[in-house]
Amino acid sequence: MIPSTFDYVRPKSVDEAIAALTAGGEDSKVITGGQSMLPLLRLRMAAPSVLVDCARIDEMKGIKDNGDSVTIGAATTHLDVMSSDIVKSHVKLLADATATVADPQVRHRGTFGGALAHGDPAGDLPAVALALDATMEIAGPKGRRQVAAKDFFVDYFTTAVGPDEILVSITIPKLGKGWGTCYEKFNRTANGWAIVGVAAAVKVEGGKIAEARIGLTNCAAVPVRASSVESALTGVAVSATEIEAASQSAADGTRATTDLGADKEYREHLMRVLTARAVSCAAGA
Amino acid sequence: MTKVSITVDGVLHESEVEPRTLLVHYLREQIGKVGTVVGCDTSSCGACTILLDGRSAKSCSVLAVQADGSSVTTIEGLAGEEWHPVQAAFKECHGLQCGYCTPGMVMSAVDLLGENPNPTEAEIREGLEGNLCRCTGYHNIVKSVALAAQNMKGGK
Ligand SMILES: Cc1cc2nc3c(=O)[nH]c(=O)nc-3n(C[C@H](O)[C@H](O)[C@H](O)COP(=O)(O)OP(=O)(O)OC[C@H]3O[C@@H](n4cnc5c(N)ncnc54)[C@H](O)[C@@H]3O)c2cc1C
Ligand code: FES
Ligand code: FES
Repeated sequence: MIPSTFDYVRPKSVDEAIAALTAGGEDSKVITGGQSMLPLLRLRMAAPSVLVDCARIDEMKGIKDNGDSVTIGAATTHLDVMSSDIVKSHVKLLADATATVADPQVRHRGTFGGALAHGDPAGDLPAVALALDATMEIAGPKGRRQVAAKDFFVDYFTTAVGPDEILVSITIPKLGKGWGTCYEKFNRTANGWAIVGVAAAVKVEGGKIAEARIGLTNCAAVPVRASSVESALTGVAVSATEIEAASQSAADGTRATTDLGADKEYREHLMRVLTARAVSCAAGA
Repeated sequence: MTKVSITVDGVLHESEVEPRTLLVHYLREQIGKVGTVVGCDTSSCGACTILLDGRSAKSCSVLAVQADGSSVTTIEGLAGEEWHPVQAAFKECHGLQCGYCTPGMVMSAVDLLGENPNPTEAEIREGLEGNLCRCTGYHNIVKSVALAAQNMKGGK
């Protein structure tokens, strides 16, 4: 289908983009990669009055090593994220999860920031940002603010980014020595969305799990941490059977839905199985 | 209307488009590149795949205004005097039945081989993940891409 009519602007800076969003009023929308926006426009599920294209704002692109953390511009494409040496060596979980997103064509255009700001519960990258305690920099008419991943995802397709605001960059702390990571995604078809996904980062010390951080994809309206598994894992030996036992509470605190892909019970089963797999793989069990 | 300049198959076009014009409609209806086709409304099928600044993209999922200043290669721009090796291999291996997915399959294969000249069968299947075929069951498509890889190494 052909989208309904809208105006289009392509600002060169974040300030210009915010001015354009403000001038455009409530129905103005940011577009970066367009890989979630274009399907919505074509199905006329979105009918913005103005599209503000942020794909060419230099400040919003690129990947920077800050020593103890990595900052990724929101308009950096999935392709650039997954092929970056900085990301591959210091935020491997993100590189691995990004490689499972969609298909090559979509990864060439879709952006990390777009995937977070869209707030799709089935998106793979929100759970990764949550598991890695990422911080988002948001710019708006009142200036800039930093929002922690745990406060960023508000509800189904709703994030902390207000209608006149822009997600500028994402900063992810490096994990350091002893940490291993793994993203386990369960889907049924090529280029399919996750029915359930599990992002795990695990620190091993002296053959035992010292700390675990686990983010779940598509288990609620927003990504959630499997907190009870995280506590159950602390001090546990790196053994597949012990990890499996600790993973039995993976569905605690989740609100899985039933849809065409799977029913709630099956999703909860997947949470337990995939959490055990992701943790075992991250811990090298 | 918005002015765009887009190089399509090596020729620079200065055009006026409505911001809502999809790149695929611009290519087909304004430039006449009807080799690029539309197969779905959900960015899923990949029939519309082109190269945008050298990398594969679904032209139904890009606005023409977003491609302003860019260079596009469509299926019509691949062959010179002779078929492009990927096209020749699809012909040789019977990598198509109805042919509707073929323009997109070929463009995705060109992108894949540009990045990875020596793909395994699994890498070919993954590289074509964004392209659906309702007819062939994919086997001959995978064979075609493997043959193209072989022939391109031979400098053909
Ligand atoms: C066929 C297909 C399969 C897919 N499969 C997967 C998958 O398996 N896993 C997965 O995670 N994703 C998948 N995706 C989605 C893909 O990851 C998108 O690239 C991503 O969700 C959106 O990024 P974008 O840059 O294209 O955003 P856009 O489409 O440009 O924007 C999406 C939304 O975010 C807002 N937005 C974008 N950037 C910003 C910003 N910087 N600041 C504020 N708001 C912003 C827009 O206003 C819009 O509401 C798939 C998409 C397609 C078409
Ligand atoms: S027409 Fe189906 S992905 Fe473009
Ligand atoms: S040959 Fe018919 S869709 Fe692929």
